[in-house]
Amino acid sequence: MSNASYEIQEIISGQSFSCLPGQSVLRAMEAQGMHCLPVGCRGGGCGLCKVQVLSGDYRRGRMSCKHISSETVVQGLALACQVFPLSDLTIVSLRQLYEDKPDNKNH
Amino acid sequence: MNKGVMRPGHVQLRVLDMGKALEHYVELLGLIEMDRDDQGRVYLKAWTEVDKFSVVLREADEPGMDFMGFKVVDEASLQQLERDLQAYGCAIEQVPAGELNSCGRRVRFQAPSGHHFELYVDKEYTGKWGVDEVNPEAWPRDLKGMAAVRFDHCLLYGDELQATYELFTEVLGFYLAEQVIDADGTRLAQFLSLSTKAHDVAFIQHAEKGKFHHASFFLETWEDVLRAADLISMTDTSIDIGPTRHGLTHGKTIYFFDPSGNRNEVFSGGDYNYPDHKPVTWLAKDLGKAIFYHDRVLNERFLTVLT
Repeated sequence: MSNASYEIQEIISGQSFSCLPGQSVLRAMEAQGMHCLPVGCRGGGCGLCKVQVLSGDYRRGRMSCKHISSETVVQGLALACQVFPLSDLTIVSLRQLYEDKPDNKNH
Repeated sequence: MNKGVMRPGHVQLRVLDMGKALEHYVELLGLIEMDRDDQGRVYLKAWTEVDKFSVVLREADEPGMDFMGFKVVDEASLQQLERDLQAYGCAIEQVPAGELNSCGRRVRFQAPSGHHFELYVDKEYTGKWGVDEVNPEAWPRDLKGMAAVRFDHCLLYGDELQATYELFTEVLGFYLAEQVIDADGTRLAQFLSLSTKAHDVAFIQHAEKGKFHHASFFLETWEDVLRAADLISMTDTSIDIGPTRHGLTHGKTIYFFDPSGNRNEVFSGGDYNYPDHKPVTWLAKDLGKAIFYHDRVLNERFLTVLT
Protein backbone atom coordinates (compact mmCIF):
# COMPACT_ATOMS: atom_id res chain seq x y z
CA MET A 1 0.00 0.00 0.00
CA SER A 2 3.02 2.28 0.37
CA ASN A 3 2.80 3.29 -3.28
CA ALA A 4 -0.90 4.04 -3.15
CA SER A 5 -1.92 7.59 -3.90
CA TYR A 6 -5.16 9.47 -3.77
CA GLU A 7 -6.81 11.54 -6.46
CA ILE A 8 -7.59 15.15 -5.53
CA GLN A 9 -10.03 17.05 -7.69
CA GLU A 10 -10.42 20.81 -7.45
CA ILE A 11 -13.79 21.96 -8.74
CA ILE A 12 -13.23 25.55 -9.89
CA SER A 13 -10.19 24.84 -12.04
CA GLY A 14 -11.30 21.36 -12.98
CA GLN A 15 -7.74 20.21 -12.27
CA SER A 16 -6.91 16.98 -10.54
CA PHE A 17 -3.67 15.64 -9.14
CA SER A 18 -2.45 12.73 -7.07
CA CYS A 19 -1.41 12.93 -3.44
CA LEU A 20 0.74 10.42 -1.57
CA PRO A 21 -0.27 9.16 1.88
CA GLY A 22 1.16 11.57 4.46
CA GLN A 23 1.56 14.35 1.90
CA SER A 24 -0.51 17.50 2.20
CA VAL A 25 -2.88 18.42 -0.62
CA LEU A 26 -1.02 21.70 -1.15
CA ARG A 27 2.44 20.08 -1.36
CA ALA A 28 1.09 17.48 -3.77
CA MET A 29 -0.32 20.22 -6.00
CA GLU A 30 2.96 22.11 -5.94
CA ALA A 31 4.98 18.97 -6.64
CA GLN A 32 2.97 18.42 -9.83
CA GLY A 33 3.40 21.98 -11.01
CA MET A 34 -0.23 22.95 -10.63
CA HIS A 35 -1.60 26.27 -9.47
CA CYS A 36 -5.25 25.73 -8.64
CA LEU A 37 -4.67 26.75 -5.00
CA PRO A 38 -2.66 29.78 -3.88
CA VAL A 39 0.47 28.88 -1.91
CA GLY A 40 1.33 30.90 1.18
CA CYS A 41 3.13 29.85 4.34
CA ARG A 42 2.41 26.08 4.03
CA GLY A 43 2.12 26.02 7.82
CA GLY A 44 -1.57 26.51 8.57
CA GLY A 45 -1.01 30.13 9.50
CA CYS A 46 -1.77 32.56 6.68
CA GLY A 47 -5.09 31.17 5.37
CA LEU A 48 -4.30 31.60 1.68
CA CYS A 49 -4.91 27.97 0.68
CA LYS A 50 -8.38 27.77 2.27
CA VAL A 51 -10.58 25.10 0.76
CA GLN A 52 -13.82 23.30 1.40
CA VAL A 53 -13.58 19.53 1.24
CA LEU A 54 -16.78 18.37 -0.46
CA SER A 55 -16.15 14.64 -0.23
CA GLY A 56 -13.59 12.18 1.08
CA ASP A 57 -11.77 11.36 4.29
CA TYR A 58 -8.70 13.15 5.50
CA ARG A 59 -6.57 13.92 8.54
CA ARG A 60 -6.26 17.55 9.64
CA GLY A 61 -3.06 19.20 10.83
CA ARG A 62 -3.09 22.32 13.02
CA MET A 63 -4.55 25.46 11.49
CA SER A 64 -4.91 29.02 12.70
CA CYS A 65 -8.28 29.54 14.41
CA LYS A 66 -8.35 32.96 12.73
CA HIS A 67 -8.93 31.24 9.38
CA ILE A 68 -10.63 27.99 10.39
CA SER A 69 -12.88 28.22 13.42
CA SER A 70 -14.06 25.10 15.21
CA GLU A 71 -17.62 25.72 13.97
CA THR A 72 -16.59 25.59 10.32
CA VAL A 73 -14.73 22.28 10.62
CA VAL A 74 -18.00 20.36 10.19
CA GLN A 75 -18.57 22.19 6.90
CA GLY A 76 -15.27 20.75 5.66
CA LEU A 77 -13.43 24.07 5.73
CA ALA A 78 -9.67 23.60 5.98
CA LEU A 79 -6.30 24.88 4.82
CA ALA A 80 -5.00 22.64 2.05
CA CYS A 81 -1.48 22.70 3.51
CA GLN A 82 -2.88 20.85 6.55
CA VAL A 83 -5.15 18.40 4.73
CA PHE A 84 -3.69 14.88 4.55
CA PRO A 85 -5.95 12.61 2.45
CA LEU A 86 -7.09 9.18 3.59
CA SER A 87 -9.16 8.69 0.41
CA ASP A 88 -9.78 10.47 -2.88
CA LEU A 89 -10.97 14.03 -2.21
CA THR A 90 -13.10 16.59 -3.99
CA ILE A 91 -12.22 20.12 -2.91
CA VAL A 92 -13.08 23.67 -3.87
CA SER A 93 -10.68 26.60 -3.51
CA LEU A 94 -12.14 29.44 -1.46
CA ARG A 95 -9.43 31.99 -2.27
CA GLN A 96 -8.83 33.19 -5.79
CA LEU A 97 -5.30 33.79 -6.99
CA TYR A 98 -4.60 37.30 -5.81
CA GLU A 99 -7.57 38.60 -7.78
CA ASP A 100 -8.00 41.66 -5.55
CA LYS A 101 -4.39 42.66 -5.19
CA PRO A 102 -1.89 44.19 -5.26
CA ASP A 103 -2.75 47.07 -2.96
CA ASN A 104 -4.73 45.17 -0.32
CA LYS A 105 -7.17 48.09 -0.12
CA ASN A 106 -10.23 45.94 -0.35
CA HIS A 107 -9.37 43.72 2.62
CA MET B 1 16.77 62.45 19.16
CA ASN B 2 17.93 59.80 21.58
CA LYS B 3 15.31 59.09 24.25
CA GLY B 4 17.15 56.20 25.85
CA VAL B 5 15.57 53.42 23.81
CA MET B 6 18.62 51.30 22.96
CA ARG B 7 17.81 48.35 20.79
CA PRO B 8 15.42 45.51 19.97
CA GLY B 9 15.34 43.20 22.97
CA HIS B 10 12.78 40.50 22.32
CA VAL B 11 9.84 39.31 20.31
CA GLN B 12 7.12 36.94 21.53
CA LEU B 13 5.69 34.78 18.77
CA ARG B 14 2.67 32.51 18.81
CA VAL B 15 3.15 29.03 17.38
CA LEU B 16 0.63 26.26 16.73
CA ASP B 17 2.84 23.39 17.90
CA MET B 18 5.72 23.98 20.30
CA GLY B 19 7.56 20.78 19.40
CA LYS B 20 7.64 21.62 15.71
CA ALA B 21 8.48 25.24 16.49
CA LEU B 22 11.53 24.25 18.53
CA GLU B 23 12.69 21.89 15.79
CA HIS B 24 12.62 24.98 13.55
CA TYR B 25 13.98 27.73 15.81
CA VAL B 26 16.59 25.61 17.62
CA GLU B 27 17.69 22.91 15.17
CA LEU B 28 17.34 24.91 11.93
CA LEU B 29 17.76 28.58 12.86
CA GLY B 30 20.31 27.72 15.54
CA LEU B 31 18.81 29.61 18.48
CA ILE B 32 19.61 28.29 21.93
CA GLU B 33 16.97 27.27 24.44
CA MET B 34 17.56 29.25 27.63
CA ASP B 35 14.46 28.74 29.77
CA ARG B 36 10.82 27.67 29.99
CA ASP B 37 8.07 29.02 32.22
CA ASP B 38 4.93 27.70 33.88
CA GLN B 39 2.82 29.06 31.02
CA GLY B 40 4.71 26.71 28.71
CA ARG B 41 6.56 29.52 26.98
CA VAL B 42 10.05 28.73 25.72
CA TYR B 43 12.84 31.34 25.82
CA LEU B 44 15.50 31.38 23.13
CA LYS B 45 18.49 33.49 22.16
CA ALA B 46 21.06 33.77 19.41
CA TRP B 47 24.58 33.10 20.55
CA THR B 48 26.10 36.63 20.38
CA GLU B 49 23.33 38.22 22.43
CA VAL B 50 24.37 39.22 25.91
CA ASP B 51 20.96 39.04 27.62
CA LYS B 52 19.23 35.82 28.53
CA PHE B 53 16.64 35.66 25.73
CA SER B 54 15.40 37.44 22.64
CA VAL B 55 12.72 35.14 21.23
CA VAL B 56 9.84 33.83 23.32
CA LEU B 57 7.57 31.20 21.81
CA ARG B 58 4.02 30.71 23.07
CA GLU B 59 1.74 27.93 21.90
CA ALA B 60 -1.63 29.26 20.74
CA ASP B 61 -4.44 28.55 18.27
CA GLU B 62 -3.35 31.38 15.97
CA PRO B 63 0.21 32.27 14.89
CA GLY B 64 1.56 35.82 14.82
CA MET B 65 3.35 38.27 17.08
CA ASP B 66 2.22 39.02 20.64
CA PHE B 67 4.64 41.91 21.12
CA MET B 68 8.11 43.24 20.40
CA GLY B 69 10.23 44.67 23.22
CA PHE B 70 12.93 47.33 23.18
CA LYS B 71 15.59 47.67 25.85
CA VAL B 72 15.93 51.08 27.48
CA VAL B 73 19.22 52.36 28.85
CA ASP B 74 18.12 53.09 32.44
CA GLU B 75 15.15 53.42 34.80
CA ALA B 76 15.07 57.24 34.64
CA SER B 77 14.74 57.09 30.86
CA LEU B 78 12.00 54.48 31.15
CA GLN B 79 10.04 56.68 33.55
CA GLN B 80 10.42 59.66 31.21
CA LEU B 81 9.29 57.52 28.27
CA GLU B 82 6.21 56.43 30.26
CA ARG B 83 5.33 60.07 30.86
CA ASP B 84 6.00 60.97 27.23
CA LEU B 85 3.87 58.10 25.91
CA GLN B 86 0.97 59.12 28.13
CA ALA B 87 1.34 62.79 27.24
CA TYR B 88 1.25 61.75 23.60
CA GLY B 89 -2.09 60.04 24.26
CA CYS B 90 -0.81 56.49 24.21
CA ALA B 91 -2.33 54.19 26.81
CA ILE B 92 0.27 52.18 28.69
CA GLU B 93 0.01 48.92 30.57
CA GLN B 94 2.37 47.92 33.36
CA VAL B 95 3.67 44.38 33.12
CA PRO B 96 5.30 43.39 36.41
CA ALA B 97 8.85 42.13 36.77
CA GLY B 98 9.03 38.36 36.44
CA GLU B 99 6.06 38.02 34.08
CA LEU B 100 8.76 37.03 31.63
CA ASN B 101 11.38 35.01 33.48
CA SER B 102 14.55 36.97 34.27
CA CYS B 103 13.08 40.22 32.93
CA GLY B 104 12.30 43.39 34.86
CA ARG B 105 9.13 45.42 34.64
CA ARG B 106 7.86 46.22 31.18
CA VAL B 107 5.83 49.15 29.91
CA ARG B 108 3.49 47.96 27.16
CA PHE B 109 1.67 50.10 24.63
CA GLN B 110 -0.13 49.71 21.33
CA ALA B 111 1.11 51.63 18.32
CA PRO B 112 -1.45 53.15 15.89
CA SER B 113 -0.49 50.33 13.49
CA GLY B 114 -2.15 47.94 15.93
CA HIS B 115 1.04 46.24 17.15
CA HIS B 116 1.97 45.88 20.80
CA PHE B 117 5.39 47.04 21.93
CA GLU B 118 7.17 47.04 25.26
CA LEU B 119 9.97 48.98 26.88
CA TYR B 120 12.09 47.51 29.66
CA VAL B 121 15.42 48.14 31.36
CA ASP B 122 16.44 44.94 33.11
CA LYS B 123 17.03 41.47 31.80
CA GLU B 124 19.45 38.93 33.17
CA TYR B 125 22.87 39.40 31.57
CA THR B 126 24.11 35.92 30.73
CA GLY B 127 26.80 37.02 28.27
CA LYS B 128 27.45 35.61 24.82
CA TRP B 129 26.61 31.95 24.68
CA GLY B 130 29.38 29.39 24.45
CA VAL B 131 32.39 31.70 24.59
CA ASP B 132 34.36 32.98 27.55
CA GLU B 133 33.91 36.55 28.72
CA VAL B 134 37.69 37.11 28.67
CA ASN B 135 39.69 36.13 25.60
CA PRO B 136 36.56 34.93 23.79
CA GLU B 137 37.03 32.55 20.88
CA ALA B 138 35.57 33.54 17.49
CA TRP B 139 32.46 31.40 17.86
CA PRO B 140 31.21 28.41 19.81
CA ARG B 141 31.82 25.12 18.01
CA ASP B 142 28.53 23.47 18.91
CA LEU B 143 26.07 25.83 17.21
CA LYS B 144 23.26 24.27 15.22
CA GLY B 145 21.81 24.85 11.76
CA MET B 146 22.07 28.40 10.45
CA ALA B 147 23.83 29.50 13.66
CA ALA B 148 21.91 32.80 13.74
CA VAL B 149 24.09 35.60 15.12
CA ARG B 150 21.40 37.82 16.61
CA PHE B 151 17.71 38.70 16.51
CA ASP B 152 17.86 41.83 14.38
CA HIS B 153 14.45 43.37 13.61
CA CYS B 154 10.78 42.77 12.79
CA LEU B 155 8.80 43.92 9.76
CA LEU B 156 5.19 44.61 10.62
CA TYR B 157 2.13 45.32 8.46
CA GLY B 158 -0.63 47.69 9.57
CA ASP B 159 -2.32 50.98 8.87
CA GLU B 160 -1.86 54.49 10.33
CA LEU B 161 1.74 54.61 9.17
CA GLN B 162 2.09 58.36 9.68
CA ALA B 163 0.83 58.27 13.27
CA THR B 164 3.09 55.29 13.96
CA TYR B 165 6.01 57.20 12.45
CA GLU B 166 5.35 60.17 14.70
CA LEU B 167 5.12 57.99 17.79
CA PHE B 168 8.36 56.17 17.04
CA THR B 169 10.36 59.24 16.03
CA GLU B 170 9.02 61.93 18.36
CA VAL B 171 8.37 59.89 21.49
CA LEU B 172 10.68 56.90 21.26
CA GLY B 173 13.63 58.52 19.47
CA PHE B 174 13.84 56.35 16.36
CA TYR B 175 14.90 57.94 13.06
CA LEU B 176 13.75 57.22 9.51
CA ALA B 177 16.48 55.25 7.75
CA GLU B 178 14.72 54.16 4.57
CA GLN B 179 11.27 54.66 3.04
CA VAL B 180 9.02 53.91 0.08
CA ILE B 181 6.80 56.74 -1.12
CA ASP B 182 4.06 56.78 -3.73
CA ALA B 183 3.45 59.37 -6.46
CA ASP B 184 1.59 61.58 -3.96
CA GLY B 185 4.48 61.50 -1.52
CA THR B 186 2.61 59.24 0.89
CA ARG B 187 4.90 56.91 2.76
CA LEU B 188 4.01 53.25 2.18
CA ALA B 189 6.97 51.73 4.00
CA GLN B 190 9.12 53.08 6.81
CA PHE B 191 12.30 51.55 8.13
CA LEU B 192 13.06 52.96 11.56
CA SER B 193 16.34 52.69 13.42
CA LEU B 194 17.90 53.43 16.80
CA SER B 195 21.41 52.67 15.66
CA THR B 196 23.64 52.62 12.59
CA LYS B 197 21.57 49.67 11.33
CA ALA B 198 19.21 50.10 8.36
CA HIS B 199 16.29 49.08 10.55
CA ASP B 200 15.46 48.04 14.08
CA VAL B 201 11.76 47.86 13.22
CA ALA B 202 9.93 48.46 9.94
CA PHE B 203 6.34 49.03 8.93
CA ILE B 204 4.51 48.56 5.63
CA GLN B 205 1.09 50.03 4.89
CA HIS B 206 -1.66 47.42 5.07
CA ALA B 207 -5.41 47.82 5.62
CA GLU B 208 -5.58 45.37 8.52
CA LYS B 209 -3.95 46.37 11.80
CA GLY B 210 -1.43 44.41 13.79
CA LYS B 211 -0.18 41.92 11.23
CA PHE B 212 3.20 40.20 11.44
CA HIS B 213 5.38 39.92 8.35
CA HIS B 214 8.67 38.56 9.65
CA ALA B 215 11.24 38.34 12.40
CA SER B 216 14.77 38.68 11.08
CA PHE B 217 18.06 37.23 12.22
CA PHE B 218 21.52 38.40 11.25
CA LEU B 219 24.17 36.24 9.61
CA GLU B 220 27.72 37.36 8.89
CA THR B 221 28.17 36.65 5.21
CA TRP B 222 26.47 35.93 1.90
CA GLU B 223 28.00 32.46 2.12
CA ASP B 224 26.09 31.98 5.38
CA VAL B 225 22.86 33.01 3.62
CA LEU B 226 23.56 30.44 0.89
CA ARG B 227 24.24 27.80 3.53
CA ALA B 228 20.94 28.75 5.21
CA ALA B 229 19.21 28.16 1.86
CA ASP B 230 20.85 24.72 1.68
CA LEU B 231 19.54 23.90 5.14
CA ILE B 232 16.04 25.09 4.16
CA SER B 233 16.09 22.57 1.32
CA MET B 234 17.62 19.78 3.41
CA THR B 235 14.86 20.14 6.00
CA ASP B 236 12.07 20.65 3.42
CA THR B 237 11.25 23.92 5.15
CA SER B 238 8.64 26.13 3.48
CA ILE B 239 10.50 28.83 1.53
CA ASP B 240 9.20 32.23 0.51
CA ILE B 241 11.93 33.74 -1.66
CA GLY B 242 15.69 33.95 -2.01
CA PRO B 243 18.56 33.90 -1.67
CA THR B 244 18.51 37.37 -3.20
CA ARG B 245 19.26 41.00 -2.42
CA HIS B 246 16.90 43.73 -1.31
CA GLY B 247 16.95 47.18 -2.90
CA LEU B 248 15.72 48.60 0.40
CA THR B 249 18.62 48.27 2.89
CA HIS B 250 20.61 46.33 0.21
CA GLY B 251 20.68 43.35 2.57
CA LYS B 252 21.40 39.88 1.18
CA THR B 253 18.54 37.73 2.27
CA ILE B 254 16.40 34.64 2.28
CA TYR B 255 12.83 34.28 3.57
CA PHE B 256 11.18 31.14 4.86
CA PHE B 257 8.35 30.10 7.16
CA ASP B 258 8.26 28.47 10.55
CA PRO B 259 5.94 25.43 10.88
CA SER B 260 3.09 27.72 12.01
CA GLY B 261 3.39 30.06 9.04
CA ASN B 262 5.28 32.89 10.73
CA ARG B 263 7.82 34.25 8.29
CA ASN B 264 11.51 34.39 9.20
CA GLU B 265 14.39 36.11 7.44
CA VAL B 266 18.10 35.54 7.72
CA PHE B 267 20.27 38.17 6.08
CA SER B 268 23.77 39.58 5.85
CA GLY B 269 25.21 42.99 5.04
CA GLY B 270 23.01 46.00 4.50
CA ASP B 271 23.31 49.75 4.60
CA TYR B 272 24.53 51.76 7.60
CA ASN B 273 23.65 55.26 8.78
CA TYR B 274 25.07 58.05 10.89
CA PRO B 275 23.05 61.04 12.11
CA ASP B 276 24.12 63.18 9.13
CA HIS B 277 22.67 60.67 6.65
CA LYS B 278 19.43 61.50 4.87
CA PRO B 279 16.76 58.81 4.63
CA VAL B 280 17.09 56.52 1.61
CA THR B 281 14.01 56.76 -0.60
CA TRP B 282 12.55 54.22 -3.01
CA LEU B 283 9.56 54.99 -5.25
CA ALA B 284 6.45 52.83 -5.06
CA LYS B 285 6.45 52.47 -8.85
CA ASP B 286 9.76 50.65 -8.48
CA LEU B 287 8.61 48.52 -5.55
CA GLY B 288 9.58 45.29 -7.28
CA LYS B 289 13.22 46.37 -7.45
CA ALA B 290 13.04 47.94 -4.00
CA ILE B 291 12.07 44.65 -2.45
CA PHE B 292 13.75 42.10 -4.75
CA TYR B 293 16.69 43.83 -6.37
CA HIS B 294 17.47 41.06 -8.87
CA ASP B 295 14.04 39.82 -10.01
CA ARG B 296 12.71 43.42 -9.98
CA VAL B 297 9.25 41.83 -9.75
CA LEU B 298 7.18 41.43 -6.63
CA ASN B 299 6.38 38.00 -5.37
CA GLU B 300 2.73 38.51 -4.41
CA ARG B 301 3.16 36.13 -1.51
CA PHE B 302 5.63 38.53 0.09
CA LEU B 303 2.93 41.20 0.28
CA THR B 304 -0.06 39.09 1.17
CA VAL B 305 1.04 36.23 3.40
CA LEU B 306 0.94 37.46 6.98
CA THR B 307 0.19 36.07 10.41
